Amino acid sequence: MSGARIMSGSRTSRREFLKQAASGASAALLPLPAFAQGAGGRVVVIGGGFAGATCARTLKRIEPRLAVTLVEANATFIACPFSNGVIAGLRELDAQRFGYDGPARDGVALSFVPAVAVDPPSHAVTLANGAVLQYDRLVLAPGIDLNWSGLPGYDEAAAARMPHAWKAGEQTLLLRRQLEAMADGGLVVIAAPANPFRCPPGPYERASLIAYYLKTRKPKSKLIILDAKDAFSKQRLFQNAWAALYPGLLEWVPLSSGGKVNAVDAATLTLTTDFATHKANVANVIPPQKAAGIAALAGVADRTGWCPIDPVSFASTLQPDIHVIGDAAIAGAMPKSAFAANAQAKICAEAVATLLAGGAPAEPKLINTCYSLVAPDYGISIAGVYHPVKGQLVDVEGAGGVSPLEAPAAFRAEEADFANGWFNTITAEVFG
Amino acid sequence: MRVPRLVIAAIILLSPVAAPAAPPGAAACSGCHASGAGVATTVPRLAGRAAADIVAAMQDYRAGKRPATVMDRIAKGFSDDETKAIAAWLAAQQQ
Repeated sequence: MSGARIMSGSRTSRREFLKQAASGASAALLPLPAFAQGAGGRVVVIGGGFAGATCARTLKRIEPRLAVTLVEANATFIACPFSNGVIAGLRELDAQRFGYDGPARDGVALSFVPAVAVDPPSHAVTLANGAVLQYDRLVLAPGIDLNWSGLPGYDEAAAARMPHAWKAGEQTLLLRRQLEAMADGGLVVIAAPANPFRCPPGPYERASLIAYYLKTRKPKSKLIILDAKDAFSKQRLFQNAWAALYPGLLEWVPLSSGGKVNAVDAATLTLTTDFATHKANVANVIPPQKAAGIAALAGVADRTGWCPIDPVSFASTLQPDIHVIGDAAIAGAMPKSAFAANAQAKICAEAVATLLAGGAPAEPKLINTCYSLVAPDYGISIAGVYHPVKGQLVDVEGAGGVSPLEAPAAFRAEEADFANGWFNTITAEVFG
Repeated sequence: MRVPRLVIAAIILLSPVAAPAAPPGAAACSGCHASGAGVATTVPRLAGRAAADIVAAMQDYRAGKRPATVMDRIAKGFSDDETKAIAAWLAAQQQ
């Protein structure tokens, strides 16, 4: 697990290193400052979300001798999970904000400057201020970019009128303000994208909580989901809950019924499908997505816009000594969720530490658990257990699945409670 | 510069020790079961729990003998041997 890097650049196992050190044979090669700076190897992690911050901290915990630098553009992280509650007025955005004191305390070096280039041959990351970071292994956890050419009429200017709110922050607050300003009897339209995208149940949790807001505050209003697909995560659970909680208020239009939005017009808040033009009072457009730009610059994204990886180590299949975790990665059956990102990050950290020590990573097993709130006291979940089979992360047969379709209110309330506990637990592990 | 052997030995002894590797599946548990104290959640912590208790609970979840929301679905993804390795690793964590 442990490794040592000698000044000459040669690598050696920890046992060999200890033997050499004990005999004094290599003592002249061992500069003391280099030890403090990470004689176990240099790892740069780009992206300080659930994947990247977890990976950086875990690396330091597994192997304190590693020099780990976390590169993240923002000193304050704003979490997406539970941000649908902010939109619906159930919590404040401050509850979504986290700093990086925890990773710093673990010995992770922080660089709040965006990375602008990666050069795989020279193992170098260039930051926006011109600084160059050398790495032995690079972990890319950059999250998503919205694909501004993926939906005609939807660009960054349009997002100021028709918020995506798919990256938490000002966009989240904008959508909330628009809902608050809407008169009772208004029409809210959510455009949901085709797969794959960040947080598969997210559009439907959002629709549920906005419906909750409308039912309690503006009951003459209506919500339509225009969907570019015919099926979605936890579908029957959501639909059963909608029928019970929000009858007549929330309508889902699938692809096969003309749900796919082909174009939008921000000036008039209209969304056009094959069959109809919908004029909204509030339009939440969740556009197609891709791995964030630095992934393409590093050469680890393929033609799909996402990053193929080896499921044992999360090493890129396109570039040497670079790993990709979280939403940017093509992780087979694992969804693009914060839980999955956190779980992948811990596996990737073990693999990186093992590889730097000259070992071979063990075959992992991963878990995902995603909660969605249909109402504040009504939670539903999906879970999965995954393992690598023939180069892909696949479901372990017989495991996983969704909450029972029939369950008493107390069961839904308990899952809502666990959802809250999950958010507190995972954010404490990643940032606390 | 030649570093005295004693200094080398001191560096090695004083250096932080690498943590033991988590067995397959174990690293994911702390996504819901807090590894540290003081987290506001009703989900129980597992760090430092008796391994036999964790194994028994997982077997009961798998067999449908213990009331569950999500653990029945997760327990079915692990064999007895995998469960025992995870339980031993969790039991060895600091409480």
